[in-house]
Amino acid sequence: MALYRNGAFETDAWSYPADDAPIPGSGPVALPRTRYISERDALMQRADPLALVLRPGEDLAGVEGDLARFAMIVLDIPKYSDGRLYSIARLLRERWAFAGELRARGDILRDQIAFLHRVGVDSYEIAHEGTIAALQSGAIAAVRRHYQRAARNDDSIPGVR
Amino acid sequence: MYRYDEFDRGFVAERAAEFRDQVRRRLSGELSEDQFRPLRLMNGLYLQLHAYMLRVAVPYGVLSPRQLRKLAHIARKYDRGYGHFTTRQNIQYNWIQLKDAPDILADLAQVDMHAIQTSGNCIRNVTSDHFAGAAPDEIVDPRAYGEILRQWSSLHPEFSFLPRKFKIAIIGGPHDRAAMRAHDIGIEVKREKGVIGFAVYAGGGLGRTPMPARKLRDFLPEEDLIAYCEAILRVYNLEGRRDNKYKARIKILVHETGEAEFRQLVEDEFAAIDKSLYRIDPAHAARIVAQFAPPPFAVLPARSAIFESARARDAALAAFAARNVAPHRQPGYGILTISLKPVGAPPGDATAGQIEAIADLTETYSFGEARVSHEQNIVLPHVRLDDIPEIFATLQAHDLATPNAGLVTDIIACPGLDYCALANARSIPVAQNIARRFADLDRQRAIGDLKIKISGCINACGHHHVGHIGILGVDRKGEEFYQITLGGSGDENFAIGEIVGRGFAAGEITDAVETIVEAYLRLRESADETFLSAYRRLGATPFKEALYATEPA
Repeated sequence: MALYRNGAFETDAWSYPADDAPIPGSGPVALPRTRYISERDALMQRADPLALVLRPGEDLAGVEGDLARFAMIVLDIPKYSDGRLYSIARLLRERWAFAGELRARGDILRDQIAFLHRVGVDSYEIAHEGTIAALQSGAIAAVRRHYQRAARNDDSIPGVR
Repeated sequence: MYRYDEFDRGFVAERAAEFRDQVRRRLSGELSEDQFRPLRLMNGLYLQLHAYMLRVAVPYGVLSPRQLRKLAHIARKYDRGYGHFTTRQNIQYNWIQLKDAPDILADLAQVDMHAIQTSGNCIRNVTSDHFAGAAPDEIVDPRAYGEILRQWSSLHPEFSFLPRKFKIAIIGGPHDRAAMRAHDIGIEVKREKGVIGFAVYAGGGLGRTPMPARKLRDFLPEEDLIAYCEAILRVYNLEGRRDNKYKARIKILVHETGEAEFRQLVEDEFAAIDKSLYRIDPAHAARIVAQFAPPPFAVLPARSAIFESARARDAALAAFAARNVAPHRQPGYGILTISLKPVGAPPGDATAGQIEAIADLTETYSFGEARVSHEQNIVLPHVRLDDIPEIFATLQAHDLATPNAGLVTDIIACPGLDYCALANARSIPVAQNIARRFADLDRQRAIGDLKIKISGCINACGHHHVGHIGILGVDRKGEEFYQITLGGSGDENFAIGEIVGRGFAAGEITDAVETIVEAYLRLRESADETFLSAYRRLGATPFKEALYATEPA
């Protein structure tokens, strides 16, 4: 996986502890929804940034009131064809006014970058080798004009020429 | 008709350039077929049994002469000299080479056309009534709203990776010529006390689980059209099944959730949407509506002496006019259907020369507008009755004068096993054999209105469920077999046909259809009772008896 953010690849500062591993006492940490909910009280004591990981099919049930606590929300994409996160992203941005970083993580195709940008995604943690190579060589051409409104309505899309 | 502006042109040009880049990468080996597949599908390019197939979008079925000529050019230059008009008002080319696909898209872009969203799990090309703007029974021309929906759904960032494909049809009057209730969303534009609104249906579809769409709203305010569609699509995108592609269409979600609860989900989402953001800008809407203004019709008497005397003299013209000319709302005009169903030919095919002839007729006689019908014919929506004898002569010269619109030989068929990688059985030869059996025009006219629809597999591209007589090809232990359904209808009296009994081998299916038709002729109360009316009065029993009577018990 490679992290692409603000038009460049960078090293990921976030850690994703395994379900049975302890949560590190310091440093940015990303947790699945169920774990966050079960350890919510202990996490209150933690000063460093917190991120929420949503799996496909998961919504914000149980965490609606906590969105301001998350510096980042990660939307997992095990398979590129599962488009549920596009709706979740827009809801986060447009209905829940989530202002932190929104990250797509997993099987991302090159022609999905522009769509993900439009629904409000800021960063991409990409498993797909072809997409990584295309971003590295600046080879992604996409339609930047759009007919309909979404979370972002500008024509400038990082990584897309 | 709608004319592209600078924005639309740039949009399509960008898309064509993007696809050229993708094809270059595929041809150079940089992309594997697996990596390329989702990209090509986004551009309407399918890998079929023998070659690539390119499906070109024809929004709500409307074509100009310039576009028709370009389609003919593509057929001649890149295909084998013909194209195939589909039940979704599109045209597809069945013999395309991958290396040519970018040039074809560039050619299409020159005439404001493209192949965006003609495949893939996204919102497909919006379809409509092929008599829109011409039919006397129309309340509101639906095409402007079709165009608004086209724009909204084009490369929609939220709804391009849906659980399954998504089809929208829109009509503008009580008579449904677009099989609206067989669609994922069906919309009927209405006018009540001078105010425009929409009846909105959702959850219709054919395929292996045919369902009529359910009415969600009887009169949605005009300004909320896009917001309400967003609500339906968002509920579907989030809640639709993704575990099994055969249960992934919205019809299954509506069915499994229940109509009332599904409606509530949509209404809850709709209530939460900030509708002010989706209201169609009235100035923008007015610009679009103006593009669909009626053409400058001449003031003419309702009856054309030229037409009447010509058809009194010419029996062939009289036969053609009886079936292929429908009443127009404007006195002195008619709606002319060009049948692409000559006896013995694949339904919906047209040669480059025929398409060019149609382009010329469109330009000369129909205010520069033609339509593709979901019944795989071409319609000249606005012809003067005075001109019909001349038009007919030209059609005869191009083998386009088949006088069978709506008759037993006006058959809908999918490409079937002759082309399609999904098919279990051939469709085209079945259609050809049935058409040959009923080739005698007097016999066809005695039978009257009868819609036969043939699909080569359970995906039902040939709409067999809504055929008065539906034929479904199945594979039975390696042999092509055909199941018959009766009593289906795609119009405002929507019904899914009922399976009549055991299927028939390829060699038996034509006889079986003839047996059904002969039974109808015996059983009908008068020549005015159509096949469908007779079936609804009598039920399946007498037809079953006729089909299976001679079988050993």
